[in-house]
Amino acid sequence: MFEPKWKTTLKALLYLSPALIIIATFVIYPMFRSVWISFFKDYNIFKHTGTGFGLDNYKEVLTDGRFILALKNTSIYTIVVVPISMALALVTAVLLNNKMKGMKFFETLYFLPYITNLIAIGLAFQFIFNSTYGVLNKVLGVFGIDTIMWLNDPKYSLPALIIFGIWSGLAFKIVVFLAGIQGINKQYYQAARIDGTSRWRTFTKITMPLLSPMIFYIGIISFIGALKTYVQVVGLYGNNPGPADTAMTIVYYVYDKFYGANEPPIAAAASVILFLIILIFTFIQLKISKKRVQY
Amino acid sequence: MKTVSKIIIYILLAAGAIVMLFPFFWMITGSLKTYSEITASPIVWWPKVVQWNNYATALDYAPFDKYFVNTVLVSTISTLCVLVTSIFAAFAFSRLKFKGRDLIFSILLATLMIPSQILIITNYVTVAVRMHLMDTMLALIIPYTASIFYIYLLREFFNQIPEQLYLAAKVDGTSDWRYLWKIMVPNSKNALITIGLFSFIASWNSYIWPLLVTNTDTKRVLSIGLKYFSGEAGTDYHLLMAAGTIVIMPLLIIYLFLRRYIMEGVTRAGIKG
Repeated sequence: MFEPKWKTTLKALLYLSPALIIIATFVIYPMFRSVWISFFKDYNIFKHTGTGFGLDNYKEVLTDGRFILALKNTSIYTIVVVPISMALALVTAVLLNNKMKGMKFFETLYFLPYITNLIAIGLAFQFIFNSTYGVLNKVLGVFGIDTIMWLNDPKYSLPALIIFGIWSGLAFKIVVFLAGIQGINKQYYQAARIDGTSRWRTFTKITMPLLSPMIFYIGIISFIGALKTYVQVVGLYGNNPGPADTAMTIVYYVYDKFYGANEPPIAAAASVILFLIILIFTFIQLKISKKRVQY
Repeated sequence: MKTVSKIIIYILLAAGAIVMLFPFFWMITGSLKTYSEITASPIVWWPKVVQWNNYATALDYAPFDKYFVNTVLVSTISTLCVLVTSIFAAFAFSRLKFKGRDLIFSILLATLMIPSQILIITNYVTVAVRMHLMDTMLALIIPYTASIFYIYLLREFFNQIPEQLYLAAKVDGTSDWRYLWKIMVPNSKNALITIGLFSFIASWNSYIWPLLVTNTDTKRVLSIGLKYFSGEAGTDYHLLMAAGTIVIMPLLIIYLFLRRYIMEGVTRAGIKG
């Protein structure tokens, strides 16, 4: 009775068709088409014809100084932002997990940045980072630190982006970690308390190991998210990727080639390279997590 | 717990919360200051007289009211479409036993790994060049009327509704259509609200797609209008903060009232993957 029947298959197709038509048109088809476009030296998007089929675009992207810079910036950004924001989120989640008054209230406050429009709040950050009027320099001035040209000095433009990146990514991680910690069986903690285990030991011997699958999973998501950083750059710098391209990311490069320079094949090749990088790291991280994650 | 450690925890949490919320505080109070207050040294933390007219001035520079209406329409319509297409698709994947179901579903899930940048390049060609939809509301909406991720989430919820209910309904001769709307949808109300909110917020905050497919000022959505405005307003930070506040305020209000659904959805999606 419950074997697949052609009638059921037909009915299922009817139910699926609205979603499938959209997904086929705007996800499946463009996936292949963009890869196809990336192989043409010249591609006419109006006629869908191209000349010079080969790997030239990939060669061009990989030898382009701006792409190399984007790769370097994105790597630094990712390597700094992911561990710091994970650690901060974990500590905050552990603190929020205390049975004290007002924790729900704090949780609500910490989660707020998650829903924010990064272009809009980026304006607030631009203003905070402003070298003359910015509140950050004024506060640092109290501690005797000289004026820093956060957004105009090539030395500080990437750090500024990193600060914005950490801030914008924290909310999600805090809430997910907190839910993970609250999902840990209470008996472990009760046993630890009876044994008089210290807070630090409880954290390293109970919370961390039991949370490790989630930490790895969120780590992968954050890592991939950081590799795709883009809106943060626009939010902070508007129309340019920082002084001397110092806040240029891979995705910024892709859109700059597509929208700014009007070179769809180059943009397509760069986006395929980004995809390959993401695939490699996803694969490596999944391998590691299989070995290291403790249950 | 000792009182001392309690106090330390409160201090740490309060310090963190101040850092997290400061940009909002600074943007909103900044939008109500005069130019000389906002650029003053030492810092003026609070406006002496609240400058509501900053908002009127910002509106004079750029049609934020028009952007606002566009954004509300685009976000609402695409969210409603996402809900309908997701309900249908999730129902098929969750209850109907058809040929190739698991294969199609795993192919769809695998595509979630593809960065959207790859898709957007061709989608721009499809929508602007092939469909001639440049500068229309449809162009802003159509690629975002179905979402694999939301289908996946909703299917998870649908799967939690006991299969026996479905089988009993079948025996009673209830049609699939009726069952979907009478049992599945009402029982997944929370999930649908969560998905709707996610979709609405994502649409509200979307940037690169609307930037690509709109040219005319009056067709723009808030993110894009704000971006162009920030190029023009230069150092008029009080006006920039007012414009920024217009963009984030609706989300803050939604968050205030419906945060339970948003947080629930995030933890569910975050834990399950």
